[in-house]
Amino acid sequence: MDVLAHAPAVEQGPSLRQRLAAKGFDAVTLLVVPAAVFSLLLFVYPFAFGFVLSFEPKGGGEWLSNYRRFFSDPFLYETIAKTLWLAIPVTLLNLLLAIPIAFRVRLMRHQRLLTTILVLPITLGTVLVAEGLLNYLGPQGWFNRTLMTLGLISQPLKLVHNYWGVFASLLITGFPFTFLLTLSYVTGIDPALEQAAATLGASAWQRFRHVYLPLLMPGLAITFCLSFVQAFSVFPSAVLLGEPAGPTRVISIAAAQAAFEEYDYSMGAAIAMIMGVVQLAIVVAVLASRGLFYRGPASGAKG
Amino acid sequence: MTIALSQFDEVRLDRVSRDFGALNALRDVSLTIRRGEFIALLGPSGCGKSTTLNCIAGLLPVTGGAIWLDKSRVDTLRPEERGFGMVFQNYALFPHLNVRQNIGFGLKMRGRPRAEIDRKVDEALSLVRLQGQEHKLPGQLSGGQQQRVAIARAIVIEPPLVLMDEPLSNLDAKLRLEMRAEIRRIHNELGATTIYVTHDQDEALSLADRIVVLRDGAVRQVGSPKELYETPAHFDVADFMGFRNKLKGQVVAVEGSRAVLDVEGARISGIVQERVTPGAVAYAAIRPDDLVVGDGGRNAIAATVDTIEYRGREFVGTAHSAGGLDFVFRSHQQVEPGSTVHLQADDERVLVFAEPVQGRH
Amino acid sequence: MIRDTTLGAKLWAAAVWATVGFFVVNLLAMIATVVTSSFATRWLGTWLPAGWTTRWYSSAWSEFQLWDVLMVTFQVIGAVVFISGVLGVTAAYALARRDFPGKKLLVLLFLLPLMIPSMTFGIPLATVLYQTGLAGTFWGVVAANLVPTVPFVILVMIPFIEQIDPKIEAAARVFGANTFKLFVHVLLPLLMPGILAALLLVLVRTIAMFELTFLVAGPTSQTLVVALYYAVFAAGVRAVQSIDAMAVIYMVTTLVWLIIALRFVNPTQIVTRAKQQPAH
Repeated sequence: MDVLAHAPAVEQGPSLRQRLAAKGFDAVTLLVVPAAVFSLLLFVYPFAFGFVLSFEPKGGGEWLSNYRRFFSDPFLYETIAKTLWLAIPVTLLNLLLAIPIAFRVRLMRHQRLLTTILVLPITLGTVLVAEGLLNYLGPQGWFNRTLMTLGLISQPLKLVHNYWGVFASLLITGFPFTFLLTLSYVTGIDPALEQAAATLGASAWQRFRHVYLPLLMPGLAITFCLSFVQAFSVFPSAVLLGEPAGPTRVISIAAAQAAFEEYDYSMGAAIAMIMGVVQLAIVVAVLASRGLFYRGPASGAKG
Repeated sequence: MTIALSQFDEVRLDRVSRDFGALNALRDVSLTIRRGEFIALLGPSGCGKSTTLNCIAGLLPVTGGAIWLDKSRVDTLRPEERGFGMVFQNYALFPHLNVRQNIGFGLKMRGRPRAEIDRKVDEALSLVRLQGQEHKLPGQLSGGQQQRVAIARAIVIEPPLVLMDEPLSNLDAKLRLEMRAEIRRIHNELGATTIYVTHDQDEALSLADRIVVLRDGAVRQVGSPKELYETPAHFDVADFMGFRNKLKGQVVAVEGSRAVLDVEGARISGIVQERVTPGAVAYAAIRPDDLVVGDGGRNAIAATVDTIEYRGREFVGTAHSAGGLDFVFRSHQQVEPGSTVHLQADDERVLVFAEPVQGRH
Repeated sequence: MIRDTTLGAKLWAAAVWATVGFFVVNLLAMIATVVTSSFATRWLGTWLPAGWTTRWYSSAWSEFQLWDVLMVTFQVIGAVVFISGVLGVTAAYALARRDFPGKKLLVLLFLLPLMIPSMTFGIPLATVLYQTGLAGTFWGVVAANLVPTVPFVILVMIPFIEQIDPKIEAAARVFGANTFKLFVHVLLPLLMPGILAALLLVLVRTIAMFELTFLVAGPTSQTLVVALYYAVFAAGVRAVQSIDAMAVIYMVTTLVWLIIALRFVNPTQIVTRAKQQPAH
C-alpha cells in the first residue's frame, strides 16, 4: 500500500518511480537512509579501517608483524587464555544457575519485584559494581565479616585484586543478564506441553529432559553466546577488582593499553581484531551445534 | 487389535470440590462413569467443565472429595501415575518430535521395548488413518491431522479413561463435523471410555451416551441426549438447550403434570418440569421450532412482528409482546414486520419452570 | 502448571530459592556498603562506621567537579536520546512498513552493534575518532554512544510499528490527511508509548555506558560513570568515602531514571528487546 508516494499519471507504461515502488523503494523506504549511513560511517567504516590499519604496523615492517608480535609475546598472547579462563566458567555457571531459577520464577506471581532487583546491577553498570565489591568483598567488608562471625573461616578470604574479584563482578552483572534472557525463553514454552507429557506418564525429570530441554536448546545457545561475549570483553572490573598486570590481564586491557597508552593504534586495532575473532569463533561453534536441535515455535504447533 | 484399553468397571467422582482461593470453581461434583460410556461435560464457559477434567487428569489437585477407579483412589496420584489419556484443546503436540515420536512418547516414558512401541504406534497410526505422515513434524500437518495425532497419542498408552478438552474448537465447521464422526468411530472401535468437554450442545447431543450439564461448578442435570433435549430439569438447562422463548408469568393452576400460566393476560399451559405452586412466578419455555403463527386459539399470545427471514422451507421471525417479551418463531407463510400475529404452541411442547433462585448465578 | 509435592521436589525448590536469596542479599548488601560508607566518618575494622556525616558529599562535589561532570553527562544523554530517537524511529518505520531487496542485510547491520561487545568495536571506532579529531570532544562522545543506541531504538520500534494496522494510515489518507497531518495526528500518538519506552531505555543504558565513553572522552567530555572509574582507579589519592559519595550520586541519577522507565517498560526489556509472546 502506497502512502507517501503518489505515482503521477503516465501515458505509456509505468514510470521509474512506479517501477521502484513495485520493488519496495519509495519515499518511505528512504527514511531508512540516515540510520544506514550513520551505521556505515560509525560502525562498518571503523571496523574496516581498523582491519586495514592492523596490517600497517606503526614502526613499519611487514604487514603481519602486529599479529606475529602478539602471538610471540606471552604477555600478549596469554591474555586470550586468561580471558577465556574467566569468561567460560562464569558464563557456564550463570547459565546453570539461571535455568532452574527461571523454571521456578516462571510459576511466581510477583515476578516483577524480583526482575526489578535483578535488573539493578545491569543498569548500575560494571564500574559501580566494581566499586561496591571492592569494599564489600574486601578483608574488612561485610562479606568476610559475616563468614567469620558464622565461624566458617578464621582468616578473611582474599577476594579482591585477584581472579575471584573479577569473577564475582562478572557473576553479579552477568547472572541477571543470563537469567532474564533464559526466563524469556522458558516462559515462551506452552505449559500445555508439560501437562500433555505428564498425562502421558512422564515424570518431572523426564518432562524436563524430553520436552523442555530440546525446546529450550536454541534459546540457551543464543543466551550462552550473548553472555559469553559480554564476559569476554570484561574491562573495568578486571582493572579495578583484579590484578591488571597479572592473572586478570584480559585482552581488553591489552588492546586499550596498546592503543591509548602506547599510542600504537595499529597494534590496538590488531588486538581488537583478534578479540573479535575469538568471540566469533566461540559463537559460531555454539550456533553451529544449534543446527542439531529443533528450531521453531516452542508452542503447541498450529497449522 | 492389540491396543487393548485397561479393564475396569467404573470411575467415580465423589463430592469433588476445587477452590481457587476464595472462589469455588467446583462444588461437590459427584458422577459415576461406567466402562465404555461416552460422557459429555456440557456448559457455558466458566461452568467448571474444564476444571473437572483437569482434576480427573491430575493437572489440578482437588481440594475436597475423592476420585475412584473401581476400588483404588486416584486423586492423590500425580498425573503421570494415573495413566489417563488426554487430548488437549490446542492439541499440545510436541513441536520438536515427529508424528511417530509424538505418538510413541507415552510408551517411551514407560520404558517399553522398541519393538512394542513400533507395533503399537503403527496400529494407532492406522486407527486414526495417518499412515504415511509419521515422519512429519506437527508444524507441517493440517489442523485435522494434528487432531488425529493428539488422539492417537492419548489412546496408544491404553488408558482406562480418555479425556478430551474441547478437542474440536480449533477446527473449521466442515472439519469439525468430520472429526466428530471420527472421534465416535474410534471410541466405538476401541471400546474406550471417554469424557468429553464441550460448550457446544450439538456436539454433546450427537456424540455422548450421557450428558452432564454443569453450571457454576455444580452438576445441574445428568441424562441421555434425548432426555436433556426434550425434558431439561431446570430453567437454565432449558435456556442452554435452545429453549429461546422464555415467557415469564404467574401460575394460575396446577393439575398433575400440567400447569397453566397467566402470561400478560394470555393463558399458556405446559408440562411442569420443576415444582410450582399457584400464585407463584414461573416461566414457560418454548423452542423456536415449536412456536408457530396460528389463528389465536388455545395457548396463544399476541405479538408484533419485528423481523422475518426466509429460510427455504419456512420463515423464522422475531417478535415482541405488548409487555416486552421477545419471541423467536417459525412460520409457513410470509408475515409483514409490524403486523400483529398470534404465536401458538402445543401444550406438550411447553415446559414450565419455577423462577430461578436469584443470587445463585 | 504442575506443582510437585514430593519431598525431593520441595528440597529442590528450597535450594533454588536459597540461591536466589543469596544472590539478592549479596547484591543489596554491596549497594548498602557503598551508601553506608558515603555517610561514614571513619569506618575501619568494624560492622558499622564510628560516626555519621554528610560532608563527603560536599567534598566529592568540589573535588570531582561534579557539577561540570553532571552537566556534560546530561548534555550527552540528551543529545544521544534525541538523535537516536529521530534516526531510529524513522528507520524503524521504513523497515516495518516496506519490503525491499537488501532489507535482511540492513537489519543484520543494525543487529551487530548490539551483539558485539562495545569494547570490541570501540577500539577501532575510537581510533577513527582520534584521527578525525572528534575524540575528546562532546560530539565525539555523542557519536560513539549512538553506535549501539540507534540500532537499539530501531529493533525496539520495528515490532511496535508492525502491530499498528497499516489500514489506520490508509483510513487517515482517505479522510483527507496529508503526510504531515498523518504523522502528527495519527502516527505520533500511536507510536508515542513505544517511542517513550525505547528512549527511556536508551537513557538508562547511556548513563551506564562506560566503555565507549571511556575510549573517546577527553578531560572535558567525561560522563559521570567515566569520572567514577578514574576516581576508583586512582583510589588512595582521595578518601574512600568521597569516592563512595560520588558513587551514590551516580546511583541516584541512574535509579531515578530506572524507576521512571519501569513505569513504562517491563524490567526484562532492559535485557531482551521484545517480550516473547506468551504462547497460549
